[in-house]
Amino acid sequence: MNLGQRFYLREVFSGLGLTAGHFFRNMGRHIAHSLGRRDARGAVTIQYPDERRRLAPRLRSLHRLVRREDGSPRCVACMMCETVCPARCIYIVADEHPNPEIEKVPSRFDIDLGKCVFCGYCVEACPEDAIRMDTGILEFSSYSRGGMIYSKEALLALEPAGPDGRPTSPVPIPADRRP
Amino acid sequence: MIADVGIVFGRVMFVMMFVLNLGGLLTWVERKQSAIMQDRIGANRASILGLRLFGLFHPLADAIKMLAKEDFRPARADRFLFSLAPFVSVFFALVAFASIPFGNVLHAAGREIPLQAVTLNVGVLYVFAMLSLGVYGVMMAGWSSGNNFALLGGQRAAALMISAEIAIGASIIGVIMVYGSLDLQSIARAQGQLLWGWIPKWGILTQPLAFVLFLTAGIASTKRIPFDTPEGESEIIGYFVEYSGMKFGMFAMADFLETIVVAGMTTALFLGGWQVPYLVAGGFQFPWGATLALPPLVVTLLQVGSFVTKVVVMIFFLMLIRWTLPRFRYDQAMRLGWLALFPLSIANIVLTGLVLLITRPA
Repeated sequence: MNLGQRFYLREVFSGLGLTAGHFFRNMGRHIAHSLGRRDARGAVTIQYPDERRRLAPRLRSLHRLVRREDGSPRCVACMMCETVCPARCIYIVADEHPNPEIEKVPSRFDIDLGKCVFCGYCVEACPEDAIRMDTGILEFSSYSRGGMIYSKEALLALEPAGPDGRPTSPVPIPADRRP
Repeated sequence: MIADVGIVFGRVMFVMMFVLNLGGLLTWVERKQSAIMQDRIGANRASILGLRLFGLFHPLADAIKMLAKEDFRPARADRFLFSLAPFVSVFFALVAFASIPFGNVLHAAGREIPLQAVTLNVGVLYVFAMLSLGVYGVMMAGWSSGNNFALLGGQRAAALMISAEIAIGASIIGVIMVYGSLDLQSIARAQGQLLWGWIPKWGILTQPLAFVLFLTAGIASTKRIPFDTPEGESEIIGYFVEYSGMKFGMFAMADFLETIVVAGMTTALFLGGWQVPYLVAGGFQFPWGATLALPPLVVTLLQVGSFVTKVVVMIFFLMLIRWTLPRFRYDQAMRLGWLALFPLSIANIVLTGLVLLITRPA
């Protein structure tokens, strides 16, 4: 430390100058904002539930199961995703499909979101493009572990996010959070 | 008779309401100011019927929360002292403001009303006595909690307070020498004089070194960052470990009240108190000859407004320091108090004495 730093007072004032500069600059922007200058922002805060930042298009959000034209799942219960899943959060029970052209169909397709690590391997592994993580839904919480298990029906009902990254389908509410 | 009692009551209530309300408001100021300094928004969610008002309801919400919380007392705590300690802390911080003048004498209806809660001719000593007594609450809290960490916190507070109080006491002696009084009202009045006919003779100009020393030691005596070794809210737990609910809130309140007292003392001793530059009893008298006559009530209002403004600016500055500087280590705080502030205060006294000896005719 040189003499000026050891004396301390000069460094104190340079620090105070820095913080005071931030204070008055931000205060000026806040005032300008409240006077109608909407582009002046005094804070970097995004007030989350009211404001949302734009989501990246490749963001991995809540899974959905893609439907065929008749509404049945495109999934053929090949167990690829269940096998590749590092968190072992997918549970599939296979069943015969009524259409002989299609080999199988899942009678159960459960994802335990309490275990899921959102790695996206299931999407990569799927040969039928039957599972995607593009719903844009980020808010899923539950009061119990059971509430984090999403069934085939819930996953089939979801739609992809809109062009702005916002979810287009309602967030599925687990049974234990329903009023 | 009744009018006299009413006037005394009014003076006391004005000071008490000013200090208490400002203290409550400081919790909001602390949050908002720190937020704006750090590019954040700060607490703004508390609302009454959808009205948020920049988070001004948060102190209210805080108070309700504190009052509704469990008031826990450890099994091994000293029942009486444990409950007494927060009251001692708040009480002495609150009464310390009493002898700080917020205006000159108001002449109304044939009476002379001094604008301070208590007229004391040893006002300076009174304020520091009360500020020093506040540490008893802290030590009591540390001792009576029956917790070793609380005891250590109380001990650190006592050590810090002693090293700060000595420097405070020594640093203001220069001010007392220059203005020749221990009465805060006389000191404030004397600061209305002009140096060389045009500079207001404020303490910050006649005693710049004492101002820095007093401010440093004053911040130390409020136990807030950068001198918060007694509590260290983020990691070292202090004397109020065992406190909860409103008792804990009272310790936080005492810190804010002490901040107000230090700001008020700095204003009274160094920033001219209630003085407005060039404003005398009859109105403005500018050094270049111009005068502006004002009615006495306007003059008094200007003086009170000036005092409040100075206190608020001073509080802003203290908050700025609190949110800028990192904490002094315990040994650094001790070294600063004993090896820097105290010797410099003594040097300041000697220097002031020499200057007074030379400039003042015998």
